[in-house]
Formats: sequence, C-alpha cells, structure tokens
Amino acid sequence: MSTHDNPPVHSHEHGHDHGRDHGHGHHAHDNHGGAAHGTRKGYWTGFILSVLLTAPAFALVMTGVIADARITAGIVTALAAVQIVVHMVYFLHMNSKSENGWTLLALIFTVIIVVIAIAGSLWVMYNMNVNMMPGMHMEMTSGGM
Amino acid sequence: MATTTPTAAAGEPPAYYELDEHPHPPGGSTMLGFWLYLMSDCLIFAMLFAAYGVYGGSLAGGPGPRELFDLPLVAINTTMLLLSSITYGFAMIATDEKRQSAVLGWLGVTALFGLAFLAIELYEFSHLIHEGAGPQRSAFLSAFFTLVGTHGLHVTFGLIWLAVLVVQVMRRGLIADNVRRLQCLSMFWHFLDVVWIGVFTFVYLLGVLR
Repeated sequence: MSTHDNPPVHSHEHGHDHGRDHGHGHHAHDNHGGAAHGTRKGYWTGFILSVLLTAPAFALVMTGVIADARITAGIVTALAAVQIVVHMVYFLHMNSKSENGWTLLALIFTVIIVVIAIAGSLWVMYNMNVNMMPGMHMEMTSGGM
Repeated sequence: MATTTPTAAAGEPPAYYELDEHPHPPGGSTMLGFWLYLMSDCLIFAMLFAAYGVYGGSLAGGPGPRELFDLPLVAINTTMLLLSSITYGFAMIATDEKRQSAVLGWLGVTALFGLAFLAIELYEFSHLIHEGAGPQRSAFLSAFFTLVGTHGLHVTFGLIWLAVLVVQVMRRGLIADNVRRLQCLSMFWHFLDVVWIGVFTFVYLLGVLR
C-alpha cells in the first residue's frame, strides 16, 4: 500500500483510510481480523461437517444401537472433539497466520490450562471420593453411575 | 545493517523492533484483544465443566440425567444454534461485500434462531423447576443450571449486542467501526456455538449414557 510511505504525522487520516478498506480486498497485506475473511464455501463446508458430526452423536445415544455405553461415550466424545476443530477452522477462521500466530498461541495456552483444570479436578475429586469418603462414593455409584 | 542491531548509528534511534511495523489504524488490535477475552471466557466455562464433571453424579437421591433430559428437545436446540452460526456467517460475507440490506437481513435471521434457542432453553428450565428438579435439588442440578445457565446468559448478551449492532448499521451503515464490531460479535457467536458442542456432548449425551 502506497499510504504506508506517509510519515506518521498523518496517521489519523491514514488510519481512517486503512480502516475503511479493511473489510474488502486487504487480505494480502496482513490478516488483522481473524474473523472476517470467511467464504461462502467455507461456511457451507463447516455447516455440513457439523451436521454430519452432530446427527450421528444424537442418533447413537437416542437409539442406543451400540449396547456398550462406554463405546458409545467414546465415539460421541471423539465426534465432539472433531466438531470443535471444524468450528475453529471454518467458523472462527483459526489458522497459524492470523495476528502473526498470536491467536493460535493464546488458543494453545488456553487448551493446556483447560485440560489441566478439568482433568485435574476430576482426578483429584474422584480419588478423594474413593479414598476418604467411602459412604459418598457408594451413594454415587448407586445413584448416578 | 545498523538498523538490524540494537546498536544503531549515532543520531538514529535504536528502532530495530519497528522494522516491519507500520502505523496501526484505530482498533487494529481489537480482534486480538477480543480473542484473548474469549480465551479467558473459555476458562470460566472450563471451571464450570469441571464442577459439573465432579458433581454430575451427586444426585442426593434426586432425579438423574436419564430421567430429566429430553434429548429430542436438545437436538432441536442444537440445530437452532448451528443454523444461527451459519446465518451469522452469511451476514459476515454480506459485510465483506458491502451489501447492507443483506447484512441486516441475515442478522435478523440469526436473532430469530438465537431467540428460538433461548426460548427452548427457558422452557426446559421452567419444566425442570416445575418438576421439582430446580438448582437447589442436588449438586448435580446446581452444576447443571450454573453451566447451561451461564451459556444461556452469554447467548442473551449476544442477542442484545446483535440488536444494538442492527441499530448501528441501520443508522450509520457499514463503516469501519461497525465492521469491526460485527467481526467481534462473529467471534463471540461462533465461540458460544463451540461451547455448546461441549455442553450437549458432556452434559446431555454423556449424562444420559451413564
């Protein structure tokens, strides 16, 4: 962009122009707005993949085709994991280039914290129930599991 | 040469860190900042999921997921949110193409799907409370209402934001500020859909299975 050669003194007007053509043909320069640059094809792909991943999950649980609930649970969890990635890529336009990779870095950091928090909570509390409060554990197994 | 090292030539400021930098427009860092907000929101939901995971089996003798959850209703709800996601995507494409009336139309459709989602969720909540399965019944139900309610609250605020943006676009058109706001709401809306994948899988589907 030739406007980049302007001295920073004119940064106010420059910024305005820059901002205005941000919405269309500005992709090649940089990818500031990770959310704005989807295509019709991309949204349709994401939507169809989501339907193909959601429908089997509900169908498996509602019909109970697979007798072993553990296998069903494994498949449903796997479908959800794939669908989250599909949404990230096709709807949230997550890629390694947007904001010079900072969005991806923040996402990776968040995923690590989320996994530690959820897995750690379940692990610690499960062991507390098993080792320290046998009565509560029995109530859990009879009521919920 | 000298500009690539911290020891710049005399008279020049040691500005090696600005080499591939350029003046940023106002709001140029908004998208990254909003993404960081979404990531911290993600942590809130992670804690609520963890709480639900821990308390999900603590029924206190009350009704469990299998008796309470109505999966066809949840499937309809999921469909509503998924449809609202793609219609918001079409609104963003129309934004890129500078077609204001199409933007407003798709935003309206998105709002309808969002309202349908909220209506179904409120119906489900009132039904549960009416059956005596309110948040105070058991730790499982407390965790359930907190997690799903927090998501519903996010959708509510998303809808309020969407209504405000519709007014903004009608009054001032697709100016750069409004495009940026639409992009932020786009991330927010799709993020809520991602959280809902976790909700319908871990709360409803796995809840009915166990």
